[in-house]
Formats: sequence, structure tokens, C-alpha cells
Amino acid sequence: MVTFSEISPSEFFYRNRDLAGFTNPARALYMAVRELVENSLDACELAGVLPDIYVRIVADGNAAESSEPRAYRLTVADNGPGVDPHHVPRAFGKVFYGSKYVLRQSRGMFGMGGTMAVLYGQITTNKPVKVTTSTDGKSKHIFEMLIDIGENKPIILRRDTEEANGRTGTRVDIMLEGDFTRSAQKINDYFKQTALVGSYANLTFVDPIGRISTYERATEALPPPPKETLPHPHGVDVEAFKRMVKLNEEKTLKRFMTTHFHRIGDRTAVKFLEFAGIKPDLAPEKLTNEQAVTMVDALQRFQEFLPPDSSCLSPVGEQILGTGILKELDPEFSTVVVRPPSSYSGFPFLVEVGLVYGGKTLEPGRKLFRFANRIPLLYDESSDVSFKVLNEEIDWRRYHVPDEAPVAIITHICSTKVPYKTVGKEYIADRPEIEAEIRNAVREVLRRLSLYLSKKGSMEAVQRKINIYGKYLPLIAKFSQELAGEKRLPKYKQLIQEEQEATVAEAPEAQQVTVEVGGKESTTSQSEQAKIEDYS
Amino acid sequence: MSKQKSKTTAEARKERVEKVLNELGHQVYNDLDGSRFPSVTFASRSVSNIVYDKKLQQFILGSSTVKRSAGNIKHIRPFTQLLWLAYFSRKLVDEKKTSTLRDVYYSAQAFDVEFQDQAESDELITDLEVLLGSAREEFNVFPEERSAIFGNLTVEYTVPGYEGKKLDLSSHPDGMMIGPALTTAEFRDTDAEMVLAIEKGGLFTRFIEEKVHEKYKAILINCAGQPPRSTRYLLRRLHQEMKLPIGILCDADPWGAHIAMVIKSGSAGAAHLRDLTTPSGVWLGVWASDIVKYKLPSDPLTEIDIKRIYELKADPRYKDKMWHDELDTFLKIKKKSEQEAFSRYGLSYIVDTYLPMKLELMKNA
Repeated sequence: MVTFSEISPSEFFYRNRDLAGFTNPARALYMAVRELVENSLDACELAGVLPDIYVRIVADGNAAESSEPRAYRLTVADNGPGVDPHHVPRAFGKVFYGSKYVLRQSRGMFGMGGTMAVLYGQITTNKPVKVTTSTDGKSKHIFEMLIDIGENKPIILRRDTEEANGRTGTRVDIMLEGDFTRSAQKINDYFKQTALVGSYANLTFVDPIGRISTYERATEALPPPPKETLPHPHGVDVEAFKRMVKLNEEKTLKRFMTTHFHRIGDRTAVKFLEFAGIKPDLAPEKLTNEQAVTMVDALQRFQEFLPPDSSCLSPVGEQILGTGILKELDPEFSTVVVRPPSSYSGFPFLVEVGLVYGGKTLEPGRKLFRFANRIPLLYDESSDVSFKVLNEEIDWRRYHVPDEAPVAIITHICSTKVPYKTVGKEYIADRPEIEAEIRNAVREVLRRLSLYLSKKGSMEAVQRKINIYGKYLPLIAKFSQELAGEKRLPKYKQLIQEEQEATVAEAPEAQQVTVEVGGKESTTSQSEQAKIEDYS
Repeated sequence: MSKQKSKTTAEARKERVEKVLNELGHQVYNDLDGSRFPSVTFASRSVSNIVYDKKLQQFILGSSTVKRSAGNIKHIRPFTQLLWLAYFSRKLVDEKKTSTLRDVYYSAQAFDVEFQDQAESDELITDLEVLLGSAREEFNVFPEERSAIFGNLTVEYTVPGYEGKKLDLSSHPDGMMIGPALTTAEFRDTDAEMVLAIEKGGLFTRFIEEKVHEKYKAILINCAGQPPRSTRYLLRRLHQEMKLPIGILCDADPWGAHIAMVIKSGSAGAAHLRDLTTPSGVWLGVWASDIVKYKLPSDPLTEIDIKRIYELKADPRYKDKMWHDELDTFLKIKKKSEQEAFSRYGLSYIVDTYLPMKLELMKNA
């Protein structure tokens, strides 16, 4: 006899942790870093605070012992607004709890990233998570807890309140099994690429050997925080619809439509319900299962809904991405294209593409840096839509960019719902709408590169020309003087000078984004040192 | 006997060349001084611009021109080299020195305008000829190869150190080399009644030994193959200044025939030059029909010979019936013979028997 039993979300993810990317000790360590850092960045950005993120991985026990995998203590601390102490137990001890229910562009989607890291730590080391948070800078609240996997609820082991040192923010310490040797590369790539799109953040990473990597803030500009938005009717499925109906307090379907969906007014609501063949004054809770299915079906087919607006999106923007590129890649030429917002299946999205050419850090050959809602995507590149566009849809010869040219393409897709192919959030599905936007943006940056290269080429040609004039004109002057029997040389130098002046006027702009880079290095390193001491 | 003074004395030529070079210098100088890129324009020497002038009976350059500007990055180097060459020539003329094509190639290296190879420098020398309208000999650049002259002719040198010195060209039995000094010398005295241009040195020596110069009152010239321009120029002067008819004796093959034709009508490569042709010159032999008539020992025509004959048949200079018929005869008999082939009838046969018959042609010409 088969028994059916309900399992809790915690248990589900415990059993299926591969889905969330915690596949092996190396990847799990990387995922844990990523999830916690992203929670911190989201918290800071939402509160309008320039992020200061400190990350440290310390080997548990004898550090000289080199066998991997082993237990590591991971610490992620931020200067965000802190978490209300009432929410802490559930936010970190319950899967599917978080501030990310509403539709808004944020790094996390499933409200479980941080909790998954906690859960993974717990199941591999059986050690509790320690959360320290302060919302006012005066007092900080310290929690130590485990997750009751079967019940999907937190078990609080310790709860203290101490005096804070004037800073708000949250610090999370987890113990987990990891393999730093095999994940060091990815973790470093993650920080480097995060700095690329988050040039407004200070990132400090101390690895188990004690090496400190700092990525300094290069701009004070914070991207505008995205607004919350209601779901667009095209993006709702039967399950979501039923949940919305269940939570609804409106008396009629018409009211329900206008208050629960994105950009639906009275007229559209009436028109739609007529289209669906359902009475506008029907009470939503009276909908039969059949009617619900009919309605969701109609939601998909009805063509007169307004497209989703993009106020809920928060692109990185030309300035921040441009700054990040200059700071991290120091290129010869770079350019950024921000496409206008678009939508797929009722979800607004926007594509940004940066192109980086030459300079000191790029090596020959094409590189692709992928981002989704500002998260660097480091795995499964060849399954990603951007990879497909670059390698299958772009004719590079058209732009006269040779295969071995030192070129990096940065693609950033922001959306209220990024169509990842897996929960692990590593590659994006090739939705035609998104594909088209990436294609258009890549073509535009390549056009700009092509223009730059041709200008540069003609500049070099002019320089060659000047050199040749410089070699031969004096000889011509001398021979003509002798032939003509003149006493002085003719004034040939003005010809070279004129050519030189013409060149300066035509010089191509190497950077299409100009921003100040640099700043207070000494003070930063001092504060980093203070933090390291503080957190150790 | 004629003592007519040459129209183109060394002095006159020098003056003309100096004037033209000076004008070129001023033109370039003024352009530079006025902030303009200097340029020169001269007739194009491309194949499509070489046309046959029936009146002049030689190839000339057509109306299309090439412009070489110092402002053009592809032109500035050859432009500089051209100007250097002008400067170098001017010095040669001023200092009354001569140079050779090879010399010019090496001299350029001292002025930072070195040529890639001699072909390039020869090419530019030809450009300067076109630009100035003068043969390179006029600006004292001579080829390496030399042909020779022998006969009862007295010349007076005009070259430095020899001005006024006279020489009887029959004084040395090997003949006198036709170099810069002889080309620029004035003709003073002769009892000759004709000039015989001979393709090869062997027959030239035979003619001297057989005293052709006395028996037929002929000035003998060894062309040494296709005669250099200075030799063609000398032939023309002998005809024009001394009123002597010119007869040409070559091997009986398309190459020999073409030596005669170039003396008469010039070459395509010198289409930019005048005064190198002697249209009234007479091709005495050896003809294709002579091979048959005198039953000369012969070799079969090679494929290259035959190809060359077809080329000549298409050449406007060979339109004349007599020439055309001879080319056809070559094709018919498929044979060729050398001048020396007459030796089968004895060493003096060519002088005593063949030559008198051929000289009749000159009288009728």
C-alpha cells in the first residue's frame, strides 16, 4: 500500500538541494556566499544605502590541514537597514519566508536563497546559524537557531540583545561543509563581476588563507530602487490565480480585477470579464474550479491589457555599469546600451549590454559576462540565451571584429521574473522577446565598436601619413632648393603641421561613458582593516 | 663630304636640360613655400597609352597623363626619388660627369632615397625622361652595354678634358666604343657614303678585315644585339647631319628583323622619346627569303620564335608588305639562319657576293 504524506518546503529542499545549486561542497560554498551577499545587496539597495559588504571564509579547526571538503565558517556582514528582530527567526529559519513576495525586481526570487544556505549548513555540520542585526544602530539582536526541517520552522537556541556600535546592518554566520580549493576561482569571479555591475558597492572578501580582496566603490550613484507592482494578467497561472482569490477581500470580480492586477481599470475589467463570459458582479470566492480555469485561460488570450510598465525594474544604467567597467577592466574602449523596457508573458524586462574592448586586463578572444538582476551568472554559459545570441545570431565579420580581438560582452537582464531554466539560477531561457532585445543591444554596441575601430584605424593611418611626410618632405624641400638654386629651404613644415591639427580634431572617443574613478584609498583600507578586526 | 654642324651640340643640350630641371625645381619649391603639396604631371607610359604614329613612323605616347603628388602617401616616395634624380642629373650636367643606370641605383642610397632594386630606379629614370622630354643620355645617364663604330669619320670631342680633340674612327681595328664622349662628339669629316649597322660583333670584325669600309665607303656599326639608345641616336645623327643612308644587317629570325625595325621605327619602351629613329633605314637582310634563295644552313624555328612572329605580324610597324611577306615566309619555311651561315660559301662570300646585291636595295630606297 502506498502512503502519501505531505512534506514541508524545508524538507523538499533538503531532499532536492541540487535544484537550488547546492550540488557539491565546492558549489555549495560558492552558492552560500552568493545567496548571502545578494540578500545583503538587496537590503542595502532597497533602503537606499550605499552597500558596504564584508565577507569572510574561515576554515574550522586546524587551518593548515588541507583535506577538502571541510567545515568552513562563512560570515557575511552588511551596512543595510537591518532586520526587524520579530522577523529574524522566520526570515532565516523558514523556507519561503522573506520580503520578496511582491513582484519587484530583486536578486532573489524564491525567497529561499539565504535560508537554503542556512539549511545546507545545518545539514552538513549540524551547527546553528548566528544572525546579528541592528535596525537603529543602538542595540543589536543576536539569534542562534536551527531549522526544524520536518515542520519548516525555526528553533531558537539563543537570543540576546547587546549594545550596537552605532552601525545598522545584518551579519550572518553559518558553518557549512565546503571545498574552497575547488570554488576559489568561482568565488573570486563572483566578486569581480559583482563589482562590475555594482560599482557603487564596497566589497571586501577575506579568504581562508587570509588574502584580502577589496573592490572599492567608484560611484556614489545608487540605482533607483524598483517599485513593487501587481502581477500582470498575462503572467498569472491557475495556481497563482487561486491563491490570489483565496486572499482576496473584494466583493466583486470587477473590483478583484482592478485591485489585484497590473494596469487594469474599470473599463478593461468589464471588457475582459465580458470576453471571458463571466459576470462582473460575481463574488470571487464563488468561482468554480472550472470558471477559474476559464478565467486564467482568458487572461492569457485577452489582447487588450496594457503592457506591463517598467517602473518595477531597476537597470544598472549606463553610468554605474560604465564606471564598473572602467574600474574593473580598464579598457581601451567601452560602451553601454540600455534597451527600452519590454515584456514577455506579462513580465516586464529590460536588457542592458556593455561592450569592453582592449586595455590591460582583457586577453585576446571573446568573453561573455552574464548578469540577471545584477547577479553574475557563472555556470552553464553555453546554455544561456546570451551565449546563443553571440555565437549563433551575430555575424561578427559584419562589424570587422576579428575572432581573436580582446572583446568582452556584458549582458544584463533585469525583470520581475527572470526566466531561469533552473532554480539554481545560472542560465536564462531563450524567450524570443528577450533574445530579440539582447540581439538588438549587442548589434548596437558592436556598431559602436566598429565605428571606434574604424576611426582609430584612420587615426593610425593619418599618423603613418604624418611620419611619411616627416621623412620625405624635408628631402623634397632640399632637392627643390638645389634645383631651383634658392638660398633657403622652402617652408614645408606647415604642411605636416596642418595634417597634425586635422588629426587631433578627429580623435575618437575611447570611452562613451566618462566617470570619475578612484578616491579615498587610504581611508578605505583603514576601515577594511577595522572591519576585519571587528568581525574576526 | 659634309661638315654640317650638329644642331644639338653638347652645349645646347646642356642648356636645355638645365633649364627644364631648374623649372621643375622652382615649381616644387614654390608649391612647398605656398603650403601646397607639389606634384608633377606627365604622359602615361601604360600600354594603353602607347600608340603608333604613322606620320612619325614610331610609337608615341597618347594623351593620357599620370599625376604624381607628394600629398599622396603612395606617391611621395617615388616623387621624392624623381626629384632626387632630377637633382642628381643636374649635378651630372653641371659638373660634366656621366653616370650609368647602375650608378644611379647606388648613388640614391647616399641620399636616403634608396631604390628597392635597379628595376625601380630604371623605371624612375624613364619617368624623368618623360617629364623632361629628354633621353637620359641628355642628362648624362648612360646604359652599361656599349656598341662600337668603325670607319672613315673624324669626330671632335666636346666632353671635359677632350674639347676640340679629334679622332679618326678608323684608327683602331676593333672599332671605337660608342659611349657618352662619342655620342656627344661633333662630326667633322668623312668620305663615307653609307652606314652599315650590323647585329653582331663577329660580322662587324669580318667586315673590317674584308675592308668593307674602303670597298663600299661605309661606316660600320656593331649594334651588339638590340642597339642601345645612344647608338640609335648616333645612327639618326649620321643620317640627318651627314646625309648618309643607313643599311641594317641582322640574323634571319624574328629577333633580327626586329633589330632592324627598332632602328627604323623605335621601340614601345621609348615611345616618350624622339630623335632615336631613322625611318629611312633599310633592312638589307638576312631575310627569310634569303634562307631559301641562298640555301643557307638553318635551324628550325622554336615555339618562342613562332609566337614572336605572330606578335610582330600584329604590330602596326610591320604593316608594310615587304616586312609582312618576310614574316609569312618565316612561318612557311619554319627556319631561321644566322649571318654567319654565309660562311658555308667561304669567308668572303658575304662581302663579295651577298653585300653588293643587297646594297642595290639602298640605292633604290
